[in-house]
Amino acid sequence: MNPVKLASLTTGQHGGGGLLVLCVLVPVAALLAIVLAGGRHGRAVTLAALPPGLLVAGLIATQVWKTGQAMVERVGGWAPPLGLMLRADGLSVLMLATTAILVAAVAFYAPRSFRVAAGGAETRASLVFWVMLMAIWASMNLVFVSSDLFNLYVALELIAFAAIPMVYLEGKKGTLLAGLRYLLYALMGSVLYLLGAALLYGRHGTMDITLLSGMAGMDWAVCLGVGLMTAGLMAKTALFPLHLWLPPAHAGATPAASALLSALVVKGSFFLVLRIWFDLLPPLTGTPGAQLVGALGAAAVLVGGVMAIRQDRLKLLIAYSTVAQIGYLFLIFPLAKGPAVATALSGGMFLAISHAFAKASMFMTAGLIAGAYGHDRIAGLRGVMRSMPVAGCAFLIAAFSLIGVPPTGGFAAKWRLISAAVESSQWGWAAVILCGGLLAGAYMFRAVSVFLTEAETPVADKPAGTRFREWLVLALACVSLWIGLFPEIPARLIEIGRPANGEVLP
Amino acid sequence: MSDVVLHGGLILLILSLAVMTVVTRDTFAAITAFVVYGMLLGLAWVALGSIDVALTEAALGSGITGALLLRAAVCLRDKEAAAEVRRPGRAAHRVSGLVCAAIAAGLAAMVLMLPDPAPSLAPAVMESLPATQVKNPVTGVLLAFRAWDTFLETVVLVLALVAVWGMTPDALWGGRPGELRQHAHDGPLVFLARVLPPVGVMLGIYLFWIGADEPGGKFQGGTILAAMWMLTLLAGLTDAPPVSRRWLRAAMVAGPATFLLAGLSGVVFASGLFAYPPGFAKPVILLIEAASTVSIGVTLCLLAIGPPSRPANR
Repeated sequence: MNPVKLASLTTGQHGGGGLLVLCVLVPVAALLAIVLAGGRHGRAVTLAALPPGLLVAGLIATQVWKTGQAMVERVGGWAPPLGLMLRADGLSVLMLATTAILVAAVAFYAPRSFRVAAGGAETRASLVFWVMLMAIWASMNLVFVSSDLFNLYVALELIAFAAIPMVYLEGKKGTLLAGLRYLLYALMGSVLYLLGAALLYGRHGTMDITLLSGMAGMDWAVCLGVGLMTAGLMAKTALFPLHLWLPPAHAGATPAASALLSALVVKGSFFLVLRIWFDLLPPLTGTPGAQLVGALGAAAVLVGGVMAIRQDRLKLLIAYSTVAQIGYLFLIFPLAKGPAVATALSGGMFLAISHAFAKASMFMTAGLIAGAYGHDRIAGLRGVMRSMPVAGCAFLIAAFSLIGVPPTGGFAAKWRLISAAVESSQWGWAAVILCGGLLAGAYMFRAVSVFLTEAETPVADKPAGTRFREWLVLALACVSLWIGLFPEIPARLIEIGRPANGEVLP
Repeated sequence: MSDVVLHGGLILLILSLAVMTVVTRDTFAAITAFVVYGMLLGLAWVALGSIDVALTEAALGSGITGALLLRAAVCLRDKEAAAEVRRPGRAAHRVSGLVCAAIAAGLAAMVLMLPDPAPSLAPAVMESLPATQVKNPVTGVLLAFRAWDTFLETVVLVLALVAVWGMTPDALWGGRPGELRQHAHDGPLVFLARVLPPVGVMLGIYLFWIGADEPGGKFQGGTILAAMWMLTLLAGLTDAPPVSRRWLRAAMVAGPATFLLAGLSGVVFASGLFAYPPGFAKPVILLIEAASTVSIGVTLCLLAIGPPSRPANR
């Protein structure tokens, strides 16, 4: 790669002035400080790290929005292929913002059991929770801004080690088993991903996505490498039939952790699939590979929906709903065909962010309900709407978004996906999306109908601090509503830094 | 000719040890075979001229992994007989054997079909290496060109240890990891634990120190330090510290924290984050490597001995 070509690849983009490195460094510094100072100070350090972290995310978003161009940074001044490049386009900005807001919400939601009274000794949960919260923030941000396949592998490792302890945070026996199963799937995914990345490196001598996009034709090494990486990332994203680890892990974790795992963590590996298929590869729409991934997505939508209907516990129902929603995300690969590429990608991103807010809100609401009722068996949750109206309202809005009722973000997403199916004349996928909506309506109705019935016995006093958390989860649910009411903002962001149809980056 | 004999013999040995690892019924014998297999794999890397990879393979792939496997085998010893009853049938064995063979064949085909000579960044690395002031290209890549990766890898180690500690029963939090060992006055283990550490610690520091210019570095050096500490723990000469000790936490984060501060200081003294000040790259790299060696040594040893298992006062 001669320097002239390299310069031409990065012109027309704005330097980040260190912001892209900082969006990872701030949470990393916080997690190191927590390890050093101990879990006692976990909450204080986290609250101190939130303003700078939110500020960095905000500055990146403002600059990308204003210039209308992607932001690039060479770490340490070394240009690829020798050095590492960070790049934030509109997709990155959208995910950075979503992550920052959700991490802040979870930090304020985190129950008292993760706090230690002044002068008290450190507890296991207080150390692990706050360290891993910051680790999830750092690693997700890294996935969104990195553009080097090996650096992204490190990000995947960080995600795995941050997410798995969250599963067994409560220390119950069943959760350890769920965590172990998650670990095995995640490790298998890492091995496949690394093998694929090594293959691409062996073929082209670089790991930089931008450089690879300029050289990677569809020869056997690229096909096999991308296939291996996609399979590995599918295991980490819990796409059917590799979803078996997800329901016990997400439903068994503590609510604050479930919210992060279901809303954000699975999106990290999905985002990487998106990067590889849309940025690294030449447009390969309508290939058998894309159809296969789409078919697995469709199966996930249907199986996840049916399984959710059959659950007796609220948290398991929500976890199976995540299995179904992940399915929609993978429908965009067959849908991104010909003129429908932009619509499909936009639909996928809308689904990713509106699901993130709705699912985080729903898991945290389920935690509040379980806290007040002492259990989460759906049949026993009568009268939620009367005893906890604010939380009930949040659940309802989140449920509407997951079903895809207008005017929520979920509707905006499905509208785009169905439009893409129409534009590319692939009606079958539209039928899957509609069926999925019906199934989601059915499982959400099961829960909400019980919430609406009158309770025979009044609910005991809600735990302290519930009122504030009820408003917090309502606010999160409203963000997913807001996405549907004002879709222009995310829609414009998604287009920033995208190659024009069929053109090579940037 | 002698090369052919030597390499052929090495390949035969590696293959037979691999088969032995899989076929052996006794868990401890299988682990021993695996450790020797790792050592021979290290020799194979030497034969291929990759001394850095050879050292890492011997230290991590064989040493630390072997220690972890042994610990797991000891923990599972009581339950092994029960698991033996549910041993998968002949058909399952055949299927998994076929799958493994297919994967091996696929990997071999992949490697053979890649372009030869492979596209390489080695000339570019050698061209830019003088700017980093180090002479070992591997160190140049790890601590200058791809310092961002290496920094994040040191963070992964910290997270892994916190993740292992996360499995502690709540009542034992703040306690000491590992089993309490009686201090025996004689025996071969105690003798080894008295004689080896002075040499091992020297070797660990030496490997880190020459890492800048010769094969070696923080990972290999830190692993040897971890092994020496583990040896004294096993012999009962020292006791593992309670996990909430401040000095222990400081040792865990020393590497990534130093790396982070050095990266930040690039804004003031060099051209930006994670850039080194011109003319002072080598001292900064050595400082990062020194702190990382300590962190890696402490973290690897604690990872191998597992979560707290007894109160701090015993």
